[in-house]
Amino acid sequence: MNLTQSIREALESLSANKLRAALTILGIVIGVAAVIAMLAVGTGAQDTVLGSISGIGTNLLFVFQGNFQQDVRNEQPLTLGDVEALADVFQAPHIESVAPIVSGNITVSYEGESTGVEVNGVTPEYESVRNYGLLEGSFINDDHVNGRASVVLLGPEVADKLFDRREFIVGETIRIDGAPFRVIGVLEPKGGGSFGSQDNVVLVPITTARVRLLNRERDHVDVIFAQAVDAASVPLANEEIAQILRTRHRTELGADDFTIFTQEDFLTVAGTITNVFTIFLGGIAAISLLVGGIGIMNIMLVSVTERTKEIGLRKAVGARKKDILVQFLTESILLSLFGGIIGIIFGWIISAVVGRIASASGTPFSPTVGIDAILLATIFSTAVGLFFGIYPANRAAGLEPVEALRYE
Amino acid sequence: MAKKRTVIDARDITKFYQMGEVEVKALRGVDVKIKEGEVVSIMGPSGSGKSTLMNVIGCLDRPTSGEYYLDGELVSTMTDDELAIVRNKKVGFVFQNFNLLSRSNALINVELPLRYAGITEGRHAKAVEALTAVGLGDRISHKPTELSGGQQQRVALARAIINNPSIIMADEPTGNLDSKSGKEIMDLLLKMNKESGTTLIIVTHDPKIAKQTERVIELYDGLVKGKGKKKK
Repeated sequence: MNLTQSIREALESLSANKLRAALTILGIVIGVAAVIAMLAVGTGAQDTVLGSISGIGTNLLFVFQGNFQQDVRNEQPLTLGDVEALADVFQAPHIESVAPIVSGNITVSYEGESTGVEVNGVTPEYESVRNYGLLEGSFINDDHVNGRASVVLLGPEVADKLFDRREFIVGETIRIDGAPFRVIGVLEPKGGGSFGSQDNVVLVPITTARVRLLNRERDHVDVIFAQAVDAASVPLANEEIAQILRTRHRTELGADDFTIFTQEDFLTVAGTITNVFTIFLGGIAAISLLVGGIGIMNIMLVSVTERTKEIGLRKAVGARKKDILVQFLTESILLSLFGGIIGIIFGWIISAVVGRIASASGTPFSPTVGIDAILLATIFSTAVGLFFGIYPANRAAGLEPVEALRYE
Repeated sequence: MAKKRTVIDARDITKFYQMGEVEVKALRGVDVKIKEGEVVSIMGPSGSGKSTLMNVIGCLDRPTSGEYYLDGELVSTMTDDELAIVRNKKVGFVFQNFNLLSRSNALINVELPLRYAGITEGRHAKAVEALTAVGLGDRISHKPTELSGGQQQRVALARAIINNPSIIMADEPTGNLDSKSGKEIMDLLLKMNKESGTTLIIVTHDPKIAKQTERVIELYDGLVKGKGKKKK
């Protein structure tokens, strides 16, 4: 018996019981559709998250207070002194510029409209470090910082909420925590991210934020952004920052009381998180595939019992064990393969619908059905058919011809 | 007349089954010799062991002890798969209840032994030829449900002869047929025996059938009764 013959015979016997075959593959269809859809959603989420992290800026290093991995005694805060030291070209030749920020959440209002936003106290360097562009107006300058000026830059989303427009806002006065602030510019959109929108933000001079809005102690800062000279020097810049801060914080021995992240680190962490998420979703979906496989085994066992006499006859006219085994395995593999193909189509439709719903609700998010997911689903569903087909097929192949022929 | 070859040579065959607690001694030392081209019937009451003997002779089952040579080959010690090959090449079966594949048409049913023999070339033509030989040349694409009992048994007969077997084992071939088609099937079986010289073994209850055969082997309690007396 060659392969085409086996497939033709399997199709013949499956089509003899069309409804039953359809119900049997339904389990596989649902399982594969779920796997495909979940993998697509996971991949889409990953693309969105990683894309938004890349959008933060290039060659960036982030310095945070405290050690994220172990406890440190006498933890010292980051200060403006640290910032100055990092900005020193001779101590840190691979750092282009340094921008400290203090940051918090606050309410802004304009003529009765009010909205909660993230407020960042920044220095002029922040513009180039974060790669900000302006729709109108100008960035915060040194005079604003030195004079603790009550001036503010609006993120585009804030401008939308307060003014319903993004231009001709410069010169207007909004209130932050009740105090009046003059708008000096509007930021270009940077796009949404999974860590909250980067556009729902207002920028004020760092001194103003520290003293008047967020009440930070003396010269403390929350985060220091440092920009390396180029992408290749990010590791060197990292090392320089670490050396300078260790010296200044007197932690040459023992653990650091600060943490440096590079954009690469963020990408790695986010990649790991979304991978876990994808695997988790895929795993749940795979369980339904397993259930579908058990359904196939069940039906194949029924089929073997029903066709005992046929098996006996086939053996009587010369079928060997292998022939019967192949016959029943072909049937179960075909069942699951059909289920797999239909499931891929369904999964594709589902993920497309999810993408539509997501973009309709304002999240730019496109689930991607990769060729790898399709291959995986096809191979996996075939393997399910093979695995769950082996037991019934073996039972069929092991029947004694005399017993099988006598079976009523 | 030249001395004919012995096709079936079974020596001191026993077959015991375990049925729950009891051991059933279906065959208790049976000797059977059948020559090429002979027409033999096996008779005996229910429980006499005639089905068991048929299964052993047809290579569906192995004896508990004793030696069985089919066409000079010792088959009583073969493995399952070796037996399957022997059945495929040397034995054609005709069953009381036809045992056709109900979903497949007559042609595919007849082709079945050729498929398991791995023959693809000329398979179709051979099957058509066999169906024509049993008078069903115009029914090759009919399914068993679309054929009468007699026609179904003819399909089974075509299937039995397709591989040019050494013996045809017919188990109550007319048992499920009316007398007219039963007679037709018997005539066809005997005609094939005459034309191709294939050994024909018929297991039956029916003395009228047995009367048409050259020799009757009567079984009683797992033993051959008398010595298989020769007629004519």
